[in-house]
Parts: sequence; C-alpha cells; structure tokens
Amino acid sequence: MGKTMAAKIWEDHIVVSPPGEPDLLYVDLHLVHEVTSPQAFEGLRANGRRVRRPDLTLATMDHNVPTRGGRGAADEVSQRQMMALEENCAREGVRLYGIGSARQGIVHVIGPELGLIQPGMLIVCGDSHTSTNGAFGAIAFGIGTSEVEQVLATQCLRQRQPRAMAITVDGEMPLGVTAKDIALGIIARIGVAGGQEHIIEYRGSTIRALSMEGRLTVCNMTIEGGARAGMVAPDEKTFAHLKGRPHAPSGEAWDQAVARWRSLPSDPDATFDTEVTLDATTLEPYVSWGTNPGQSVPVTGVVPQPSTEADDRALQYMALQPGTAIEEIAIDRVFIGSCTNARLEDLRTAATVVKGRHVHKDVRAMVVPGSAMVKAEAEREGLDAVFRQAGFEWRDTGCSMCLGMNPDILAPGERCASTSNRNFEGRQGSGGRTHLVSPPMAAAAAIAGHLIDVRAMA
Amino acid sequence: MEPFRRVTGVLAPLDRANVDTDQIIPKQFLKRIERSGFGPFLFYDWRRAGDFVLDRPPYQGAVVLVAGANFGCGSSREHAPWALLDAGFRVVIAPSFADIFKSNCFRSGLLPVELPAAQVERLIRLAQRDPGVEVTVDLEARTVSTDGVTANFAIDAFYRDCLLNGEDEIALTLKSEPQIAAYESKRPSFLPTIS
Ligand code: SF4
Repeated sequence: MGKTMAAKIWEDHIVVSPPGEPDLLYVDLHLVHEVTSPQAFEGLRANGRRVRRPDLTLATMDHNVPTRGGRGAADEVSQRQMMALEENCAREGVRLYGIGSARQGIVHVIGPELGLIQPGMLIVCGDSHTSTNGAFGAIAFGIGTSEVEQVLATQCLRQRQPRAMAITVDGEMPLGVTAKDIALGIIARIGVAGGQEHIIEYRGSTIRALSMEGRLTVCNMTIEGGARAGMVAPDEKTFAHLKGRPHAPSGEAWDQAVARWRSLPSDPDATFDTEVTLDATTLEPYVSWGTNPGQSVPVTGVVPQPSTEADDRALQYMALQPGTAIEEIAIDRVFIGSCTNARLEDLRTAATVVKGRHVHKDVRAMVVPGSAMVKAEAEREGLDAVFRQAGFEWRDTGCSMCLGMNPDILAPGERCASTSNRNFEGRQGSGGRTHLVSPPMAAAAAIAGHLIDVRAMA
Repeated sequence: MEPFRRVTGVLAPLDRANVDTDQIIPKQFLKRIERSGFGPFLFYDWRRAGDFVLDRPPYQGAVVLVAGANFGCGSSREHAPWALLDAGFRVVIAPSFADIFKSNCFRSGLLPVELPAAQVERLIRLAQRDPGVEVTVDLEARTVSTDGVTANFAIDAFYRDCLLNGEDEIALTLKSEPQIAAYESKRPSFLPTIS
C-alpha cells in the first residue's frame, strides 16, 4: 500500500520506536523565540545540560519587539525577556537574529526566506504557527516549553504519529479570493477542532496553483482548524523558490536534495484517515464575525443568527447584531501584518488596492512587514511609499498587533480589520474586536472605513 | 515533575467550549521568564469582567476543572497549564483537548481527562447544582468518582506512566544516546546547518 507524504517524512525521522511508546523523532531544525524559551534554557542550566546541536537551532525576537522606536521603546519586562534570550543564545552558542539584524523577523517568516525550510525536514518551534513551514513539504509543528527544553537538550522529541487528513481544493479561485480565504473557508467548514490529532495535507489544483507565499498562508492557519501540522507536496515551484537562498543546498548537494525531494509526495494509492474536499470556485472573500476563526462568512453575507450560547457570547463581545450586513460594519483600525499575511506578495496585493487612494479619516491603519528582509525588499519596490502616501503607518518588523504583546495594541472597544490569524477575545488588546480578512480586504476596509467587498473597488 | 496518583478536591465548572489559551493566560503575562507565578492571572480578562464562576466562594481552592470541548486551543503557550497548576488545579476534565495543550499538560504535571460529552455535561451540572462538591480523580485506576458514581477514562499509557512516576523525560531520552548518535551519523549532508 502506498504511503502519505507525512508518513514518509515521519518514518525518516524515527530514532527509536519502542513498542507501545511514542516514537522518538529527530528534529532537523529548531526555531526559538523569546517568549517560549526562557524557562527551557533555565531548565537546561538547572540540570547541568547543554544545547546538543546549536548548529540546528536558530533564534529570533518577534513577539515583544516594538515596531517603532527600536528596542528602547519596549517596556521593562519585555526588555528582560529579550535580554534573557541574548544571554541564553550567547552562552549556548545559538545564532540569534535580534533587533537590528538584517535577518530578524517573525520566526515563521524568516525560516523560509533564509532557505532553512526544505522538503522532507522535521521542524519544531515553541509556537503553534510553526505549521506554516509545512508549505515546503515538511513536517512542522508547534511545541510547548518543556518540549523546547527537550529538543535543546537532545535534538529529539517523543510523539505519537497523528492521523492523516487530506484536504483537496480544486477549481479556479474567483477574482478577489486569496489563500487566506481558502484557509478561512476550510476552517468554516471543518470547525476549529476539525483537524485535531491529524496532520493535514493540502492537495488539489487550487493548492498547486498557489504561490509559495499562498501555500505558507494556508499552512499557517492549519492550527486554527485544530491540526498541529499542515503540508503541501513539494513541486517545481518549491524548488525554484528555494534555489539560491542563503541556506539552500548548491552544486552537487542541490541535485542530491532535489532527487530526494521528488520522492516525497504521497503515493497515488496512499490512503488518508479523513478526507475533505472544497470547491474553490464557490469561495468568496471571508470575514470573521466572532471570536474564533471558524466564525466567518463571505463578505457579501450578514452577521448570522446565533445558534449556540457561544455564538451569543461572541456576538456580545463583538458588539454585533444578527442580520447586519458585513459591509455595514465600520472599523477603527487596520492591521496588515503577522506570520499569516506579511510576506512580500501580501504587501504587493494590498498595495494594489491602496495605490492612489487614501485611508478613511476615521481609521488608523498600519503595515508591519513580516521580516526585515521583506521590509527591505518592499522598500526597494517602493511599496512603502504607496502605503505612506495613502496614510498607512509603515513599521519595523515584528508580531506587532497580531497578539499585542508589544506597544501595538487595540484599545478596548476598538474594531480592527486584521490580516492575522486569531480573533480570540482580547487577542489584539483587551476588549479589542478583530475581524480576520485577507490583505486586499484589509486594504479596502482601510480606504472605505468599513468592511467592504474588495471586488467592488477595482 | 511531581508524580500524580490521585487527588480529591472541589470541582469547578467552566461551561464553555473552545476555551483558548489566550483566555487561560493573556499575552501580557507571558513576559515572565520563570515557570511560576502565573496563577493570579489565570482567566484574567474574564475575572476582571466580574462574577466569574471560579471566583464564587464555593469554588475557591478548586482542584479539578470541568469544561467544554476543545479546551486549550490556540497558542502553544505552556504558560496555560502552568497558570492552572499555579492556581491550584491538578486536573482538567473535558470532552476533548487541543493537541498542543494536551501534550503540555502531560509534560507539566496537569492531568487532562477526556470523558464523553454527556458525562462532562453531567459533571458540569453537578458542580453548578451542588457548588463545592468534591471529586476524586484516580490516575492509577483511571477513574473520576463523585457521589457514588464512577466514570472510567482512557489515557495514553506512556504518558500515564510518566505522570505516575513524575518522569524526567529528558533523562529518559538521553538513555537513547547511542541511537541518537547513530541517527545523526546517517543524516544526509545536504540538510542545512546554521554556522
Ligand atoms: S505573528 Fe502572531 S501568530 Fe505569528 S508568531 Fe507572531 S504572534 Fe504568533
């Protein structure tokens, strides 16, 4: 019987598989950030242990970093957390791309852009959106701090093999629909726990037609559907994207690598435990109305009637009435950023909408590039000028208002159209209200002052 | 990690599904670099909004939390189980848990107990109807019992042993050092390194 890509990669990483126990897996790359690592480093030190493979470990700062005013703008506790990471990395010989580094950025953005994420790898990070990296045909998932400590100490991790889920998306996406809408459409369909205990493989003509950036966006949102890892089979697009990046193989090693990468996709007769199909031609730009990413509707729709107590609570938190047209919802803030939607392609599509227009007078809008490299590239293309002229703030990189762990937060009651991934209560700031949308939809909302179908703005 | 065998204590109900880790411990409290001290900030925003169920006197000092499905979804922050532990909880009962949260529980010594939705519902009603009611959770016997009623639960045998023994998982892994070294010697040379 054929094997799925996930099974092939999993088996390749088994160090030991004791009967009845979880497999012990080898980790090819461990990404580290300042929030989920200090207790892990401390645990190492307390037990007299060292980082086993600093050469397979890379750290950056993203969650705490101010996106304006540099490090000095961070509060004292944030400073302490960033300093702890610096000390820990220096002591253990771990490379750190901190504030000011040309390679700093959101952890899930810098891995791919440095060419560190390659097909067939097993990648972990103390962060749930590590699933992003599966877009390269890798197994990538988020872990907790105890597991971070375990990987630092042993480069291994104990896991039971998840079940396999195939989500097949076929058909041509209508104009104005983006990878973000595929992700929101999938979650609206399977629910926020639909992927629990699974690795999702995204397949089908629509997924194959996506750029690498688009695939990263879809895989990024995997965790919002409850699955720890999502992946896309590597293809010519993947290889072309990797070629020439700082950490991509070259010369003979490149040929060896590509030969191996070609063997990774699921066999034609592989079977999945769960299968879901989606018709891309029926997709529309989505907008979340509630307080979890499964609560979303097409922008042409209305705020739905509540069917559960949780819906009631969500509507109350969001201060919305059932039956209100989504397009009538006025907004105060726009956030274009996060590991979901702050890569170059995202900024380009948003800029297309913004060009020659101006941000609505009642809206404060900002663009936060996903990495220092994205920022530099965007500036070379003049995207910063497009955004600034339209009245957007153009910031330094970081997680920014995706989670409000830094100076960028919503005030209580403020309503935001956001390209991030979570609309949980208080996620962007205590009492803040988040509507998840794609980059062009966020750009359109900034101009209009309310949620609006970007297709009407062409 | 402290071994876990059996606890008896007050059952507190949180009748909500999809309780995410941003609610369990909001981000502004993730800046601590210690593992302790998160308890006072557990469910911070809900508590601050007033009349939060866990703040009602009969549930003070509760040891077992019973909640709706998909508990612990969202962020991978292990600060969530740390906060629950720090606030005195040793067990969370729910119909299902988010994958990363469950794994974090096993590794931090908080016992995640999965029971069928109907039984969870019954426990929630019981705790609401009879505030301060106590339950006993026995990991060796894999049972939750109260009021003469006992429910059996299934749990991963490996992680159950780890909890029962307070296993140091890293020490366990280090016993496989020869296999780890052997694996390392066979990794393809084209894989990236950071140097
Ligand atoms: S951008 Fe948001 S989701 Fe992504 S790593 Fe940062 S905080 Fe997490």
